[in-house]
Amino acid sequence: MKFAVLVNEGPYTHQASDTAYHFTRAALEKGHEVTRVFFYHDGVLNATGLATPPKDDRDVTKRWSALAQQYKLDMVACIAAAQRRGIVDAEGASRVGLDTDNLAPWFRISGLGQLIDAMLAADRVMVFGD
Amino acid sequence: MLHTVNKSPLERNVFESCLRHADATAVIVLIEDGVYGAMKGTAFSPRLEQALQTVRIYALAPDIEARGIRDKIADGVTLLDYGGFVDLVTQHAPVMAWL
Amino acid sequence: MTAARKKIMVVNRKPPHGSIYALESLEIVLIASAFGQDVSVVFLDDGVFQLAKSQNTRGLETKNFSSTYRALEDYEVKTLLVEQESLSVRGLTAADLLLPVEIVSAAELAIRMTQQDMILSS
Repeated sequence: MKFAVLVNEGPYTHQASDTAYHFTRAALEKGHEVTRVFFYHDGVLNATGLATPPKDDRDVTKRWSALAQQYKLDMVACIAAAQRRGIVDAEGASRVGLDTDNLAPWFRISGLGQLIDAMLAADRVMVFGD
Repeated sequence: MLHTVNKSPLERNVFESCLRHADATAVIVLIEDGVYGAMKGTAFSPRLEQALQTVRIYALAPDIEARGIRDKIADGVTLLDYGGFVDLVTQHAPVMAWL
Repeated sequence: MTAARKKIMVVNRKPPHGSIYALESLEIVLIASAFGQDVSVVFLDDGVFQLAKSQNTRGLETKNFSSTYRALEDYEVKTLLVEQESLSVRGLTAADLLLPVEIVSAAELAIRMTQQDMILSS
């Protein structure tokens, strides 16, 4: 079966990203396909490459990156939500004159159309939020 | 269809709103803080017992264990791990996340 | 051969301005419609407040996006559902809303939900 996953909240403050991760991992381990994990609203904050969480706790962003690397998972942060909240890739940074970018590995920034695309290609869409 | 509920019924009205829209074929999965809705002996428990007459209610075991309420879960609520959650979703459509 | 349109329901349960969900959910509605899908938008529980008339955000210095709901029809989003019970318990009627909508009972809404291919919420 094909799943699209939508993550509406950032790391740590809400459990949404954790639950989304565990669901996604379980689906992939069972051999299902995940068409895309799309990050919207504060969910784009999962894509920050600048977080240094305490070493005795899980690293939410790195955990997503590792899952994406292992399963070739497509993880997209919505560009409008990302711009609003300060998550930016190299191209976006140069476009608006920022001297730094902060997108974590295995995430990419793209439009909301990627969410719809992922849904149209999937059998189920799972939403994790507050 | 399958409904997910992620907040305690004593904090928010999400579970109640979900129940008002769940028909006899519905399946409800309590996740995150929603697992508090699976407890016996709370002010919400009579509502839970009533709901269990008509709909199937599941709860995520990892969330229950984390919250230390494993021995307080009402009979009739079925526990799931994440794999079981995935399996259940493959059997029901659409899925509505009550947020 | 073009794929069949999917029935996508976007459910709004949260009021406007206290959080960003109402505003950003509208963007999803517009995009889904631009993709030619069969989109219905539901206002349930406190979500009905998103359609309240006479919203004035000047004192908050925030964007007043309430007029966007009136523009939805121009974007081919023709199915706007408001739950009757959600209005009643909030002391509201159709006359309090900024545009005409289809008012449905909880029972009718429950049926419509089961008829969707996918449901999005925030």
